Amino acid sequence: MGNNMIEVNKLNKYFGDLHVLKDIDFEVQEKEVVVLIGASGSGKSTLLRCLNFLEMKNSGEIFLWGDEVNPKKENLNQVRQKIGMVFQHFNLFPHKTVLENVIEAPTQVKKVAKSEAINEGNELLEKVGLGDKTDVYPSKLSGGQKQRVAIARSLAMKPEIMLFDEPTSALDPELVGEVLQTMKDLAHEGMTMVVVTHEMGFAREVADRVVYMHDGKIVESGAPNDIFENPREERTQAFLSSIL
Amino acid sequence: MIDFFETLLNSSDVFLKAAQWTLALTVISIFIAVFIGLFFAFLKISNIKPLEWIANAYIYLVRGTPLIVQIFIFYYGLTEIWMINAFWSAALGLAFHNGAYIAEIFRGSIQSIGKGQSEAGRSLGMNRATTMRRIILPQALRRAMPPLGNQFIIGLKDSSLAAFIGVAELFGVSTTKGANTFDYMTWLLVGAIWYLILVFIVTLLMNVVEKKMAASD
Repeated sequence: MGNNMIEVNKLNKYFGDLHVLKDIDFEVQEKEVVVLIGASGSGKSTLLRCLNFLEMKNSGEIFLWGDEVNPKKENLNQVRQKIGMVFQHFNLFPHKTVLENVIEAPTQVKKVAKSEAINEGNELLEKVGLGDKTDVYPSKLSGGQKQRVAIARSLAMKPEIMLFDEPTSALDPELVGEVLQTMKDLAHEGMTMVVVTHEMGFAREVADRVVYMHDGKIVESGAPNDIFENPREERTQAFLSSIL
Repeated sequence: MIDFFETLLNSSDVFLKAAQWTLALTVISIFIAVFIGLFFAFLKISNIKPLEWIANAYIYLVRGTPLIVQIFIFYYGLTEIWMINAFWSAALGLAFHNGAYIAEIFRGSIQSIGKGQSEAGRSLGMNRATTMRRIILPQALRRAMPPLGNQFIIGLKDSSLAAFIGVAELFGVSTTKGANTFDYMTWLLVGAIWYLILVFIVTLLMNVVEKKMAASD
């Protein structure tokens, strides 16, 4: 198992009769940036959401930090504290200011002192370039700013893994860059990341490994150069030629 | 016409007192009903079948019987086992009644908050209760304010039924005056004007509250 942070064996997931994940084997090592690509409906978001148990697997095993997580026995709230998640639609708390969004989980879940949480929150917001927006409500922000707040909010819990579920898909094209830049910075700092995205430029530049999914299965996985320049599978070739 | 306004002014001390009873009935009953409503709203969204059945049965009972019957049952039935006066019988009857409608208001407003909000809370490690208390409820309550204000106004007017068990609120005083003077029309109009004044004030207050709560939009 080595230093696998995430290891998934024979994972299956159904939505009713729909078989969305079929015997998925998947692993992520420490400090690795893995990008999941594939057409919509291929199961990549569902796989991501199974990793922090927002979706419950139907069968298979999920190991985190070497230990199997049994959702029935384990306290998932504790597991989730170590896994940050960024959503396509940001899901900021609209009734809280930017800073309140960021300090909510540390103060409520980890019981960090408010003054300390505020200091750390301000630093994180500074880091994502929103130090001047702390007292603003989310409704006053652009999509790109919202997503950067969402990233800061996740980072405030000091997660060891960050999951990104199509973080730029709901953004106007001119706002995509600022969010990708924030993610790149994070990757360079050594954050372990699993990213579902359609941004092939990001995958090429930042990913250590690209995983192509189709119809609930992992078709091909490898270094970005191999996947983009010499895809072995016909399906991967067809997908890449349809989008590039 | 001038006679009418004279009557309105000359009777204002009596009606002011009656209006206080109307307001007291409404405020107390809606206050209790908000807690009843919140409780049954939680039962309804609990995903636990027996609890949902209890909530559904309560709402069905309230919706399926006339308010006047409920008030009479509280008055004649409850006083058999627990001596309470007409005012408290009416207040509890109205609370029992409005609780069902407010439960539906809360249920609707809680369910109207997108799934992404609870997912965001849960993904940060918050448990179900904290997510509900810190993330969902504050937004849901804000959304519930307009229908709650509406329910308050309905409750204010429905409190007139307390007259039938002898509470000297606005409608009770109007009909008593009407019976004593054989001039029902004048006194009912006086009573109606007092209701309009109360509803006007409540509407103004609701607008202020809604504006304040819209601060983050």
